[in-house]
Amino acid sequence: MTLKKSTKTILSITVLVLIALLLFHLEQDKRANSYILSILERSIIYAVVAVSMNLLNGFTGLFSLGQAGFMALGAYTVGILTIPVENRPSVYYTSGINETIANWHLPFLPALLMGGLVAALAAALVGALILKLKSDYLAIATLGFSEIVRAVIASPQLDMITNGSYGLKKIPRFTTVYIPFALAAACILLMILLINSSYGRAFKAIREDEVAAEAMGINLFKHKELSFVISSFFTGIGGGMLACYMGSIDSGTFRITLTYDMLLIVVLGGLGSVTGSILGSFLVTAGREWLRFFDEPHAIFGWQIPLFRSGFRMVVFSVLLMVVVLFYRKGIMGDKEFSWESFFGFFKRLIPKKKKLAGGNTHD
Amino acid sequence: MSLTTILQHSLTGISLGGAYALIAVGYTMVYGILRLINFAHGEIFMMAGYFMIFSMASFPWYISIPIVLAGTALLGVSIEKVAYKPLRSAPRMSVMISAIGVSYLLQNLATYLFTALPRGYPEIPGLKKVFQIGDLSSSVVTFVTPVVTILLAIVLVQMINHTKIGMAMRAVSKDLDTAQLMGIQINSVISFTFLIGSLLAAIGSILYFTDRMSVNPFSGSLPGLKCFVAAVLGGIGSIPGAIVGGFILGIGETFMVAAGFSTFSDAFTFIMLIFMLLVKPTGLFGEKEPEKV
Repeated sequence: MTLKKSTKTILSITVLVLIALLLFHLEQDKRANSYILSILERSIIYAVVAVSMNLLNGFTGLFSLGQAGFMALGAYTVGILTIPVENRPSVYYTSGINETIANWHLPFLPALLMGGLVAALAAALVGALILKLKSDYLAIATLGFSEIVRAVIASPQLDMITNGSYGLKKIPRFTTVYIPFALAAACILLMILLINSSYGRAFKAIREDEVAAEAMGINLFKHKELSFVISSFFTGIGGGMLACYMGSIDSGTFRITLTYDMLLIVVLGGLGSVTGSILGSFLVTAGREWLRFFDEPHAIFGWQIPLFRSGFRMVVFSVLLMVVVLFYRKGIMGDKEFSWESFFGFFKRLIPKKKKLAGGNTHD
Repeated sequence: MSLTTILQHSLTGISLGGAYALIAVGYTMVYGILRLINFAHGEIFMMAGYFMIFSMASFPWYISIPIVLAGTALLGVSIEKVAYKPLRSAPRMSVMISAIGVSYLLQNLATYLFTALPRGYPEIPGLKKVFQIGDLSSSVVTFVTPVVTILLAIVLVQMINHTKIGMAMRAVSKDLDTAQLMGIQINSVISFTFLIGSLLAAIGSILYFTDRMSVNPFSGSLPGLKCFVAAVLGGIGSIPGAIVGGFILGIGETFMVAAGFSTFSDAFTFIMLIFMLLVKPTGLFGEKEPEKV
């Protein structure tokens, strides 16, 4: 099925306008819609991190599990720089604040940029050391890095800067839902541009075959380092946005499970698909809320169904994820991007021939 | 630090290291054969802790221990059958993600079934009795752990070097496809590897939790990661390496806590890992694998 380019542009613009209208509508009555708004905000923040993880894992083929650590760096930088100066004594009530940083204060956007830069700097240093490692070793080393970051943040020696295990509070929240959406859109757009550039093609070549890529004249280390640093920059930005979304953070926020969540989003969406990661982050975040149904007791005709109690939701959720991993290994989008042709093609095939339900998103 | 405190900490460290070593062997064997970091291994270890709590509630210890061993082995083998076997021809990343998924599932399942609150670990009679040697005081389990670890390691190495199944395991770890062509039932060899790994994790769990006294659904994840690090330190695929790595980490960690850097004790493990990977990526006893094009 083919569509004219102008039709596709019109369709895409319509969808974007619809999303903007939806946000506008929700924004009108913030109090009533606060639940939906918070889910949407969390999803879009996760989308930034998921896309940047995909840039590394899906497009460059470097299996990194350090996301939580880079997010922590971004989040703490943003937190330390944006907590209003007058609120600081009440945040650092246990051991006081380091005098040097006590009066450092930046508005949100520069602080966010700083957060990204701190994460990128850390990535540049760590990457220079560990990027020569092969797949699983790299995964475990980055995972180790993320745990080291967490330990350093929580250590009593840094109480005056990170407030140790008490964490940071009173980080100014987002005032409207537009800010995270606009920021996320900008970040994701930048990454898409990168992926479609010659650098992006070099990344994909490295993913397919390192030795062959090197033989074709691609400087392996330079490109791996570049991918790692850029991915970490956006992961740091995502972490900073998460800090603003949550308002209070501590080292426990950035456990390995956060990285695993991101990984599951990326896998569910499809390794190597940006739109897949975005879809995945909305599905996973919202899915977790929808499944709340399983956490409450239910009764049919007065008979209490035995399985439904607190915690069941996460079991169902993890079983669903295992099913995806085992049976739909490619995720929702595989390594393809969303296109209107495949979107309509999917419905077209769905209606007349009911036999061929599976295998939707192929280009034809 | 006086000599007594140093000795005291060494004892604690050796005991912790023994438990780590037993879990690390499970990692090293699975990695040696499947080239897979079995992220679920730490959760198998945690589940073994829960099995012990529930079997000790109704049976005496000498019946409970075999039940726990059997239950854990069954769990390990079924995880392999359900989550890893269908992905045998898939890219390595998929299998690893599947392993992460299993570990996530087991954690959530344990939270659901047993709640997130820590549960007291039952006492095996005699293991907690306190010994006094001069100024040193320590419970029996502290002495038992390293002895059990080393004995099991010797038995395991003998088995791998001198039995038929051991030979098959070595063959599969060298080259899975060729081993299959030579008529080795790779599926049963892999199941057997998971069986041994899980048994050792169960024994490790009994020794570890007897010392720690409580189990919660997350008490497996960090020891699991650390033990993988221990396996890497010793050289992945090598059983003596895993044992040595386990002891190094256990002792190092105990001394970090003793020196007042308790928040860094977890980070210590990973700093050791990154350091080792930079200096000698194959680990202390590992063999270098040539890169194939």
